[in-house]
Amino acid sequence: MKGRPEGLPAEVEARPALLEIEGLTQFFDNLRAVHNFDLTLRQGELIGLIGPNGAGKTTVFNLITGVYQPSEGSIRFRGMELLGIPSHEIIQLGIARTFQNIRLFSKLTVLDNVRIAYHPHAGYTLFDGIVRNKAYREQEDYLTERAQEFLAIFGLEQRQNDIAGSLPYGLQRRLEIARALATDPELLILDEPAAGMNPQEIDALMELIRFIRQQFNLTILLVEHRMRLVMNICEWITVMDFGEVIARGVPAAVRDNPLVVEAYLGRQTAFLK
Amino acid sequence: MKNIKKSTLTFFGAMLAIYIIVQLLLSLGVLNNFWRGIIFWGAAISIVALGLNLIYGFNGQFSLGQYGFYALGAYAAADVTWRWLNEDPSGIVVGFLGSAVVLGLYALVAVFLRRFYNVRVTTRFLAYLLTTVLGYGIAVIGLRPLLEPLLLTVLNALPPAVTQQIVFFLALVSGAAIAGIASFLFGIPVLSLGSDYFGIATLGFTIIVKVLLDNTDTILPFPEMKGARGMVGIPQWTTWTWVFLCFLLVVVVMRNLLHSSTGRAILSVREDERAAELVGIDVTQAKLLPFVVGSVFAGLAGGIRAHDLAFLHPQSFNFIQSFNPLIIVVFGGLGSMTGTMITGFLWILLLEGALRLFLPQGFETWRFVVYPLVLLIMMLLRPEGLFGQYEFPYLKRPLAKLRTRSASPQPGEAAASEEVAP
Repeated sequence: MKGRPEGLPAEVEARPALLEIEGLTQFFDNLRAVHNFDLTLRQGELIGLIGPNGAGKTTVFNLITGVYQPSEGSIRFRGMELLGIPSHEIIQLGIARTFQNIRLFSKLTVLDNVRIAYHPHAGYTLFDGIVRNKAYREQEDYLTERAQEFLAIFGLEQRQNDIAGSLPYGLQRRLEIARALATDPELLILDEPAAGMNPQEIDALMELIRFIRQQFNLTILLVEHRMRLVMNICEWITVMDFGEVIARGVPAAVRDNPLVVEAYLGRQTAFLK
Repeated sequence: MKNIKKSTLTFFGAMLAIYIIVQLLLSLGVLNNFWRGIIFWGAAISIVALGLNLIYGFNGQFSLGQYGFYALGAYAAADVTWRWLNEDPSGIVVGFLGSAVVLGLYALVAVFLRRFYNVRVTTRFLAYLLTTVLGYGIAVIGLRPLLEPLLLTVLNALPPAVTQQIVFFLALVSGAAIAGIASFLFGIPVLSLGSDYFGIATLGFTIIVKVLLDNTDTILPFPEMKGARGMVGIPQWTTWTWVFLCFLLVVVVMRNLLHSSTGRAILSVREDERAAELVGIDVTQAKLLPFVVGSVFAGLAGGIRAHDLAFLHPQSFNFIQSFNPLIIVVFGGLGSMTGTMITGFLWILLLEGALRLFLPQGFETWRFVVYPLVLLIMMLLRPEGLFGQYEFPYLKRPLAKLRTRSASPQPGEAAASEEVAP
């Protein structure tokens, strides 16, 4: 199977593929950011994508979510080709993502941040909203209720009327994940969720990722630099360097792969041991 | 309805009080024509500025084109009533019914395009442009001979006072609809530009409209508009009731729009376009909608102003004037409806009322020295605008109540590990 390491349990390999990326290549002018990238995700997996800075990880994420159109290759989600579909429709198909540097709607309230994600399925028309009829009131109450329940899961319930930009950093991260999950995805893409976090916050984040994975029945793909997080929670890992995949495998195998050590972990082996 | 909020009652009570007081003062002759003009003008410019605030303050798109749509609305509405007064109902047929046909065709095209979704925005523009031409073509060629005699008989059978109000209403709607259609066509290709470029493009639009208006009788087939000589013979039909109703309608529509789910989508585009797109918001739509709604407001204001002034000249819509709404919006506070509503009146009061009266005879031109000074001082002392983020309670974004049911026992700062058991 393309884009997967050898030797994964047969039980996992029997699951249907959720995301299939084949031969993905992206040029920025003459710079080859991603070259011939393959990756297949099966339902319910939690996969890490690692690599040194500039290896092309975020570019892969941007290609999946339609921010860029790839120069070559194909991306299929539940068997459906994603190329040429605008970003917002890809999200509506069931892929959600967070950003490397937090991008909340920072002048709006916490509750509104989540409710915005419900907009494509708001359940009432513009006209209903302007004349304030019954459909508007009922649906708006329902959306608010749903958003509040959602925030409660993330422990942000008491903060619902705070301005998002005023939250402490860890909570902003968490709100961003909450907002992404509010779009009701099957696949969640996390771009360096632990960036700028201290060890305690990373522990909390790992708990959170495990929890949401169970709660929402998610498949998760994450980019991360903090090896502790990646090695602890990912089922298997793909390593990129200069836009190419240099290794795949379970955390233990990747850790000992000389290619990976050379490209990326060389300076950090002491930290890992 | 059972429970109307206190803020709603207060707001509508205050509005009603203002309506009655002004109406009384006008009827008693305390406010002469000069002050009447100031109030009506203030209302019109407030409406334009509210539209701009929707586009710039709430959606983050910097538009200098609102005066262009204001001009379109003014001329279109004036044309409808002028033709009516000259025994020619074609203005109503083309302006009102033609716009309705175009909007209907738009709906069809939108459904059609959705079927074969993968169409790029630029080709959609062509589709909509052709639809517009087709729609107005149908109105001019098909509907005119059919409907004109009918319309004339129906409207002439009614008492003249009623007919006048109906025709005025249709004229206002025509002006707003034409401004809306123009902004829709203009917005599709242009809104994909970044904010500053969009500003330049809309400035271009204002200039194009001004030049077209200069040539209405030569290049365009509207001899009654008299091009650069200025259009005369427009009836002075705007009354305080009309002004007030339009103003209230605009405020309520805008407020309800902003407080709905669509409003949140509009705000999210201002906050972070990329993030909005990646939570599933159709950014093109979320930019186009406020632009069209804001321009419809401008067109409506144009109709009001035209029928108060009874004289239109292209020079009053030149591009220097197009900065007026922008100044008002920034002055009143970006993203504050209250600020825009009040500042619109204050602006006209200052520029055309107070300064004209207080400056000694022969020094009227000095008001163009005073107002930039006011702006400078303002920007230095209070850059967030007169009202900043303040809103009347009725216009404020409602905050949801905390849930009492199943309130979580943990404090707000719950540690992440505590929430594993939901």
